Amino acid sequence: MSKLAIEGVSRTFPGVRGGPPTRALEPTALTVEDNDFICILGPSGCGKSTLLRIVAGLDSPTAGRVLLDGAPVAGPGPDRGMVFQSYTLFPWLTVRENICFGLREKGVTKSEQDRIAAHYIERVGLQGFEGHYPKMLSGGMQQRTALARALANDPKILLLDEPFGALDNQTRALMQELLLGIWEADRKTVLFVTHDIDEAIFMANRVAVMTARPGRIKSDVRIGLPHPRHYTVKTTPEFSDYKARLTEEIRAESIKAAAMAA
Amino acid sequence: MTPLKPVSRGAKVALGIAFFVLFLAAWAIATFGGFVSKTFLADPLTMAESGWRLLTVHGFLKDIGITVWRVVGGFLIAAAIGVPLGILMGAYKPIEAFFEPFVSFARYLPASAFIPLLILWAGIGEAQKLMVIFIGSFFQIVLMVAISVGATRRDLVEAAYTLGASAGGIVRRVLLPSSAPDIAETLRLVLGWAWTYVIVAELIGASSGIGHMITDSQALLDTGQIIFGIVVIGVIGLVSDYLFKTLNQRLFPWSLA
Repeated sequence: MSKLAIEGVSRTFPGVRGGPPTRALEPTALTVEDNDFICILGPSGCGKSTLLRIVAGLDSPTAGRVLLDGAPVAGPGPDRGMVFQSYTLFPWLTVRENICFGLREKGVTKSEQDRIAAHYIERVGLQGFEGHYPKMLSGGMQQRTALARALANDPKILLLDEPFGALDNQTRALMQELLLGIWEADRKTVLFVTHDIDEAIFMANRVAVMTARPGRIKSDVRIGLPHPRHYTVKTTPEFSDYKARLTEEIRAESIKAAAMAA
Repeated sequence: MTPLKPVSRGAKVALGIAFFVLFLAAWAIATFGGFVSKTFLADPLTMAESGWRLLTVHGFLKDIGITVWRVVGGFLIAAAIGVPLGILMGAYKPIEAFFEPFVSFARYLPASAFIPLLILWAGIGEAQKLMVIFIGSFFQIVLMVAISVGATRRDLVEAAYTLGASAGGIVRRVLLPSSAPDIAETLRLVLGWAWTYVIVAELIGASSGIGHMITDSQALLDTGQIIFGIVVIGVIGLVSDYLFKTLNQRLFPWSLA
């Protein structure tokens, strides 16, 4: 049985002020196996974030359903951890308290919370910043905390919505290595939304390419680069071949998206 | 001067005091220089002298105490009911839809216009004074707290849901802490307004309090006492505002840069 099954999920947003409704997502199907790292790659506005929000339970599909371990998803829950593109740390909590948020909600004892938090603080390299408030952290550190906060809940699947989109290039590259390293160690199932081709190839073992709006999955490319991946893999011929292929697929969709916007 | 550039702490205090000095100087020139008749405006020295007499001979401290008690009492009752109701309205939209139109209507009813009615209902005792403050503060608190709570960042609420928060958890662990600094700021503002209501309440049908002293002084044409009473209210306001601000900074260090 697949870890996650997206079955015929579509989403239409009602029209604004009597206007025509917007079709954000055509009926879409995707299955995610246990330990998969899948990147959903698409041009902006293609509905890839909508799809991820439906998996998270933060939005409801107009038709179709999402199954996690065979059980239909009805709303948001701690079994699907999420990292958002915007900085969503709770500003009134310190780094450690943010990471413990889900554990406290579950009723985990204080000493156990501290143990788990310390583990993930170490994993994302935030030792010495446990008592800092989010305002005192850089964007990269905030997203590392958000990643630790999602992982601390030990979700069945980790959902990431362009989490490194707002970071500068160097920080983004380091964050990709950090996330990949965590995945290579834990093999947590990951669904990662991005519009960055290099990011998708570097981290994923499958890349699902989406079409321009209304979005649907156009192709599903297996990335056969061996693990553990070092950042130098980005300069290999195999990487370039994947990049050439995905660039071609995405380009056609970006042109369509630009023509629609014009 | 560069826009938005902060000033040093010393310069800030010096500038703040400088205006008080200038204000006092202008007042002194207008009165001692004979530009304004003594009947209409007492000079600073006469005011200080009247103030001293009020405090030492006429037991004005007791009036001040009673007025402070009325403001704080009425304000606390309004806050004790208004803050929880505002939180419920901000968090739960059906509750907001039920109360909001009435509260918005009641907010515009001037508290001072209720004084004759309240005297009829509650006499001229303390209950009536407290009710004036309550009417003046309650609806403002409810509405402003509801707005603060309702304006909580949606992405924080969504993040909390994906971390497994229940509906109650969202209210207790996201909506409340996120809007707490705004709620404290609302209370600080409304306490300032409560001071204007108490004086109005004491101008009519009162036998004690700062407002009552001011009406009595008007009958005696003692502008020195009137101004002293106003200055006392200003000083109390300044002190309570400062205390509130300091408390807020202590309670919510995360909301500052």
